[in-house]
Amino acid sequence: MADLSPPKPIAAGPPAGASSAVPRIPPSIAGGEMEVAFDIAGFSLWYGANQALFDVDIRIPTRAVTAIIGPSGCGKSTFLRALNRMHELTPGTRIAGRLRLFGEDLYAAAIDPVVVRRRVGMVFQKSNPFPTMSIADNVLVGLRLNGVSDRAFLRDRLEASLRMAALWDEVKDHLSRPGISLSGGQQQRLCIARALAVQPEVLLMDEPCSALDPIATAKIEELINELRASFTVIIVTHNMQQAARVSNRTAFFYLGKLVEYDQTRTIFMNPSNSQTEAYVAGRFG
Amino acid sequence: MLPAGIRWPDISFRWLALLAAVTIGVLIALVGWELYQGSRMAIGQFGPRFLVSSTWNPVTDQYGAWPFIYGTLVSSAIALIIAVPLGVATALYLTELAPMRIRQPVIMVVEMLAAVPSVIFGLWGIFVLIPWLRDHLFVWLKTTLGFLPLFQGPIYGVSMLAGGIVVAIMILPIITSVSREILRSVPNLQREAAYALGATHWEVMRIAVLSYAKRGLFGASVLGLGRALGETMAVTMVIGNRPEVSASLFAPGYTLASVIANEFTEATTDLYLSSLFELGLVLLAVTILVNVIAQLMLRSLAGSGTGKIN
Ligand SMILES: Nc1ncnc2c1ncn2[C@@H]1O[C@H](COP(=O)(O)OP(=O)(O)OP(=O)(O)O)[C@@H](O)[C@H]1O
Ligand SMILES: [Mg+2]
Repeated sequence: MADLSPPKPIAAGPPAGASSAVPRIPPSIAGGEMEVAFDIAGFSLWYGANQALFDVDIRIPTRAVTAIIGPSGCGKSTFLRALNRMHELTPGTRIAGRLRLFGEDLYAAAIDPVVVRRRVGMVFQKSNPFPTMSIADNVLVGLRLNGVSDRAFLRDRLEASLRMAALWDEVKDHLSRPGISLSGGQQQRLCIARALAVQPEVLLMDEPCSALDPIATAKIEELINELRASFTVIIVTHNMQQAARVSNRTAFFYLGKLVEYDQTRTIFMNPSNSQTEAYVAGRFG
Repeated sequence: MLPAGIRWPDISFRWLALLAAVTIGVLIALVGWELYQGSRMAIGQFGPRFLVSSTWNPVTDQYGAWPFIYGTLVSSAIALIIAVPLGVATALYLTELAPMRIRQPVIMVVEMLAAVPSVIFGLWGIFVLIPWLRDHLFVWLKTTLGFLPLFQGPIYGVSMLAGGIVVAIMILPIITSVSREILRSVPNLQREAAYALGATHWEVMRIAVLSYAKRGLFGASVLGLGRALGETMAVTMVIGNRPEVSASLFAPGYTLASVIANEFTEATTDLYLSSLFELGLVLLAVTILVNVIAQLMLRSLAGSGTGKIN
């Protein structure tokens, strides 16, 4: 599944902060039918007595990028973390509803959350490489957890993952240096490589660029564009331009409810809901 | 320049802090100087041989520190071998595993352990621990691990091993609470990074928590060691107080701190007294050395593991 071709030149979309959001989505993907990765219906989530998600119905396509947008506190991270059951690390959470990945109920009693997280990888807002591990060990730690010890295999996967994360050329000569010796943007790409190394079916990204400068952001966006071909990518972002640049579909959340979900082009050019329209136009949030 | 009213507290605080630091330094130097003054006679008489000689005989006025140095180091080592894994495991349990509602009670129990006076531990050692060790644990050790020189020879009860175990209990609270602080300082993002890769609870502790915290945990252990070296009362009640160097942990021993406490009042000759002073000097030197190392380690921890802020 690894696409090892060299990265394409940086996407020509307007940089963060440009005034208008112009979606540039390949028309081939923007139209047609989709194969569903996540099939979610009537999904609610509570932190203790506080309900954070209300009856979310959404079908997220595979081999496409889906953006989640909405004002702060609307439940974007909560929704993302429910997709790989990371929210269960927070005591007192409770869910209701249906959440299926490729037809399989991820919350079925027989399903181990550990296995869910191996299938659904995650990249965080702040890069978090393991500080005591080298660059190589950081990438390979997930495979080692799975008991892989074949050296040739690990070496191949190391290179493939770092290439996919567009980091190989920058680090190939010092793979044994500590992961935290890299720059912020490189660390974030290292974390992406680490998530990709275990070959997840889905990659979740929670504001992966919010701590990065525009150049590092462009690199990651370009990388997301590459991942589209073989993965299901779901990205939370506060940056409307970013959502417009990288995603095929966009979901707008507000106060824990999914307000509108459609082709990214539609959400930005012709939203059917007035709240969506106000939000993407920057009138609130 | 700022108005004097704003600068004054700042300046005076700095001077106060400096004064406090200098006072502590001066006090330690004074204690060291006094000990040196007191031990000049012994130093003149025995020279460096004092440190390696195993004879401690008030009758012939021959004194050597080696049995006490040995006893101090071995009982402290036993204490660390027991207390570090136990303390770190307790801290790990408290930060990573225990349900919220039982954390606070357990922490309170551990902290209460620190408040129990040393002599109470000694009494408990004599009346509870030693009989049990003598009749059960030691017998078991002798039959299963008796091929090791460590577990051979007659069993009296009072012994180096009993001393080590009592010291272990006494340093357990500090090791546990410092370890807990260190484990709590591991960022949640590290744990989540591991969970997101499909790590189990145990794997998260190994790759995200312990490896991040290992230097700090080492510092906590050295802090515990500092305490162990100076522990006096409880040890002297259970270790047997015999200035002998024996390979067997069942044999009685003696520590620097206990011999000073026990024999100070009965030191009949000047040389005897002076030798006790020199033991005090040795103990001070060992303790300071260990604490300096611990401080350096804890400080270097502050710069480690936090990642690079870009
Ligand atoms: N650990 C938690 N315990 C209790 N409530 C929480 C917790 N995490 C989030 N919430 C609540 O759930 C709601 C949604 O939070 P969430 O973090 O998902 O928002 P978000 O859309 O990701 O916001 P942001 O854009 O600021 O990251 C908020 O009202 C928040 O207060
Ligand atoms: Mg969030």
